[in-house]
Amino acid sequence: MPVARHHLIAAGLLALTALPLPLLAAEVNLYSARSEELIKPLLDRFSQETGIKVNLVTGKEDALLQRLQSEGLNSPADLLITTDVGRLHRAKEAGVTQAVTSARLESAIPPAYRDPTGHWFGLTLRARPIMYVAGKVKPEELSTYEDLAAPKWRGRICIRSSDNVYNQSLVASLIAADGAEATEAWAKGLVANLARPPKGGDRDQILAAAAGQCDLAIANTYYLAGMLNAPEANQREAAARMKVFWPNQEGRGVHVNVSGAALTQGAKNKAEAIQLLEYLSGDQAQTWYAETNGEYPIRPGVPISATLAAWGEFKADGINLTRLGELNGEAVRLMDRAGWK
Amino acid sequence: MLTLAATETQRARPGPWTLGVTALALVLALPVLVVLGFLLVPAGEVWDHLAATVLQDYVVNSLWLMLGVTVGTLIGGVGTAWLISMCRFPGRGLFEWALLLPMAMPAYIIAYTYTGLLDFAGPVQSALRGWFGWGFGDYWFPEVRSLPGAVVMLSLVLYPYVYLLARAAFLGQSLCVLDVSRTLGNGPWRTFFTVALPLARPAIVAGLSLALMETLADYGTVQYFGVATFTTGIFRTWYGLGNTAAAAQLAALLLGFVFLLILLERLSRRQARYHQTSQRHQAIRRHPLTGWRGLAALGFCLLPLTFGFLVPAGQLAAWALEVAGATLDEAFWRLVGHSLGLAATAAVLALLLALILGYGQRLQPTRAVRTAVRVAGLGYAVPGTVIAVGVIIPFGWLDNRVDAWMRATFDLSTGLLLSGTLAALLFAYLVRFLAVALQTVESGLGKIRPAMDESARALGLSPGAVLGRVHLPMLRGSLFTALLLVFVDVLKELPATLILRPFNFNTLAVRVYELAADERLADAAPAALAIVLAGLAPVILLSRSITRSRHAQPN
Repeated sequence: MPVARHHLIAAGLLALTALPLPLLAAEVNLYSARSEELIKPLLDRFSQETGIKVNLVTGKEDALLQRLQSEGLNSPADLLITTDVGRLHRAKEAGVTQAVTSARLESAIPPAYRDPTGHWFGLTLRARPIMYVAGKVKPEELSTYEDLAAPKWRGRICIRSSDNVYNQSLVASLIAADGAEATEAWAKGLVANLARPPKGGDRDQILAAAAGQCDLAIANTYYLAGMLNAPEANQREAAARMKVFWPNQEGRGVHVNVSGAALTQGAKNKAEAIQLLEYLSGDQAQTWYAETNGEYPIRPGVPISATLAAWGEFKADGINLTRLGELNGEAVRLMDRAGWK
Repeated sequence: MLTLAATETQRARPGPWTLGVTALALVLALPVLVVLGFLLVPAGEVWDHLAATVLQDYVVNSLWLMLGVTVGTLIGGVGTAWLISMCRFPGRGLFEWALLLPMAMPAYIIAYTYTGLLDFAGPVQSALRGWFGWGFGDYWFPEVRSLPGAVVMLSLVLYPYVYLLARAAFLGQSLCVLDVSRTLGNGPWRTFFTVALPLARPAIVAGLSLALMETLADYGTVQYFGVATFTTGIFRTWYGLGNTAAAAQLAALLLGFVFLLILLERLSRRQARYHQTSQRHQAIRRHPLTGWRGLAALGFCLLPLTFGFLVPAGQLAAWALEVAGATLDEAFWRLVGHSLGLAATAAVLALLLALILGYGQRLQPTRAVRTAVRVAGLGYAVPGTVIAVGVIIPFGWLDNRVDAWMRATFDLSTGLLLSGTLAALLFAYLVRFLAVALQTVESGLGKIRPAMDESARALGLSPGAVLGRVHLPMLRGSLFTALLLVFVDVLKELPATLILRPFNFNTLAVRVYELAADERLADAAPAALAIVLAGLAPVILLSRSITRSRHAQPN
C-alpha cells in the first residue's frame, strides 16, 4: 500500500510540473466558449502561418466572463470567444472588453453582426430555422415563427428548454419584432403546442421528430448538419427524414445568432490578437467552419459545404444583434411566466 | 462519564490545535463564505419574479429528488451491505467489490447513456415499435428524462457511498453484540433491525449525507432531464437573467438545505455514543442462504450492479468502438495523465486536511472548532461552478491587490500569482471534496474510544504522537477509503476544472463535456470510458482494503 501511495504522489507531482512555461515567442491567449474540437484546428493553422503561439482555455461563457472580470486588467487573456451574442454584449457591459479598429474586420463583417463601437465581432452565423418531417408536413403549411402558436400545431412541436441561450435569443428577437405582450401570448401558445415537456438538446428534438413524437423541431442548422455526418447510423437516418424551412422570409427573415470574439480590456498581446481575429474572419477560416461544423459564414459569398448549400439560400433577420443581448433577461422572465420549462 | 469529565477540563483552554484548526477551516470555507456574502448584495425585484414563477418548482423538485435518492440509496446500499457482510450466497465474493463499480460512473454520463438507450428514438423503444407495429402514442413507456428518472440515475451511482460505509460498519461491529442479540432469541432479521442497523447508523447516515449532498450539487443530470431544481435555477438566474447576486443567493438557500440536513442528523443522535466496547472480532460466521433465498440475494445484488454499471459501461464501450482509432492518440493519453495526476494530488491533500481537522475536533470539541469543521465541509453540497466562482473572486482580488501594492512599492508587476494556476484548481477540489474525506476520517475516529487517547496521554504521549502512534494504525482502513473516494470524485469532477484550469490544460472530464455538450455521445464515449476505467482500480483496491482491515483489527 505505501508503494501505491508513492506512485500516486509521483503522478501528482508530475502533473504539477506540466504547468505551461512562459514562452519568449509571440503568443496570444484565448478564453474560448467554443469547444477545443471546433477551434484548435484553426488555431494550429494560424500558428503555422504566422509563428504566433495560441494558448487556449475553453469553458462556459458566463464562467469565463466571471473569470475575466475577477482577474481584471491583469488577466492573461487577450481574446474572449463566445458562441452567442448575448454574452458578448454582457462582456462589453461589464467593461472587460476594448474597442478595435481594423479595416479588414470592418470590410469582412457586415455591420449587423458586429458591435457599432468595435467592442465585439461576429465570426460565424448560426441560423435557427424550423425543421419538419418530410411527408408529414407540407412546406406550404409553414410560414413564420409567430405561426407556431396557432392551434393547428397542437401537440406537434419539439423544442428544448428555455434554459438554452438559443431559445432565449430567439424569443428576444420576437420581442424586438412584435413587442413583449404579443410575444408572451405567443410563448403561451407555443408551450400549449409542445408534443412533450422540453428536454435534451437540439439533436434530441430532431431525433424525436424523426421517430414520430412530433412533426416540427426547432433547432440550429449545424446540429442537423452534424447528424447527417454523424458516426451513429440512427442519427444519420433521423436527420435524413428532416427538411429545413426558412421562416419569416416575407418579413424580417430567419433568426440568426453569432459566435464571436472580443478583445479584452487588459490585452497584452493586442497586435497578435487582432491578427487572429482577422484570420478567423478570413475566407479560409470561414469555409472551415461551414465545412466542419455546418455554420454559415459571417458574410455572403464565401464557399460553403454541399450540406449547407442543399438547404438553399435564406434571408436572415437584419436586427443588430446588440439588441438581442439587451433583451435576453426580459426573454427569460417572459418564458418563466409562459410556463416554458 | 469519566471520559466526559476529562473532555470538559480540556475545553477550558484553547490550545494551538483549536487555533490551527479554526484558521484552516476558515480558509477552506472562504469560497462558501463568498457565496454567502452575496446575501448582503441587493438583487432587486428578481426575487419577486422568481417567487411568482419558478421558485416553488425548484424547492419541490429538489425535495422530491432528495427523498427519492434517500430511499433508493438506503435500500440499495444498506441491503447489499448487510447481505455481503453477514450472509453466504452464490457470487458473494464477486459482488463484494463489484457493487462499488457504479461509483466510477459520473451521474451525467449514466444519464446520457440511458437516454440514448431508452428514449423514444432509442433502440429499445424503436425495436418495440418495430415488433408490434406501434406508433407514437399507442403505448406507454416510462419516460427516462423525468424526475423519477433522475432519482433512479442518481441512486444508481450514489448507493455505493452508503454501501461502502455501511459495510465497513457492519464488518467493524463487535460480533459479541450480535451474538448476544441472537442468544437472547432474536432472529437474523430482528437482530439486523434492532441491533446492527442502529449501531451502524452513524456510518449509514454519513454515507447517505454524502449521497444527498452530491444530489443537491448535481447539475448535469437534472439539466439534461429538464428537471428544474435549485442547481438549474442557479444557472438560469446567473446565465439567463444575468443576475449574479440572485444566483448566489439561490446557492445560499441551497446551503440552507444542507445545514438543515446536518442539524437534523446531529440532533437525532445527540446523546448516543457509538464506540465499540469490545475489540474482540472473530471471523464472521456468515449465515448461509441456499435455494431461493440464495437466488433472491444474488438477484438483489445483481440489480444495482447491472443497471448502475454493466449496462451503461456496455453502451459506452459500444459507442467507443464506433469511433475507436481516431481518438486514442497521444493527446488522449496526456488527458489521462492530467486527470490521474490531479486526482492523486487532491486525494493526498484532502486526506491530510481531513486528518488535521478531524483530530483537532477530537482534541478540542469546542463549539467554535465543531462549527468551523462543519462549515469547511459544506462545499460538497455546492455545485462545482458556484465553488469555482467562490474561488475566482477572492483569488482575483488578492492577486490584484498584491500586484497593485508591488507596483506602488517596487514598481514591479507580479501579475496574477494564484488565478489560473493548478494551485487554484486544487484548492477548489479541496473545498468541494473535503467533506468526503472528513466524513470517513470522523467516522473512523468515532469508533476509537476516547479512553485510548487518555491512556496514551497519561503514558506521556503528546497529542501529535497519539495521532501518529495510536490512531493512524487503527485508522488505516478509513484513511485509505478517504483517499480513494476523493480520488474517484476528482476524476469525475467537471465544472470547477472547466473554469479554473490553466491554459492548454485539459482533462478527461473536460473532453467528455465538450463533446457531450455538442450532443456527440459516441465521440465522447472513449474519454467517458477512460474515466470509468481509471476509477475502477481505486474502487477495487478500496474494497480489498476494507475486507482486509477486518482481519488486521487487533484482538
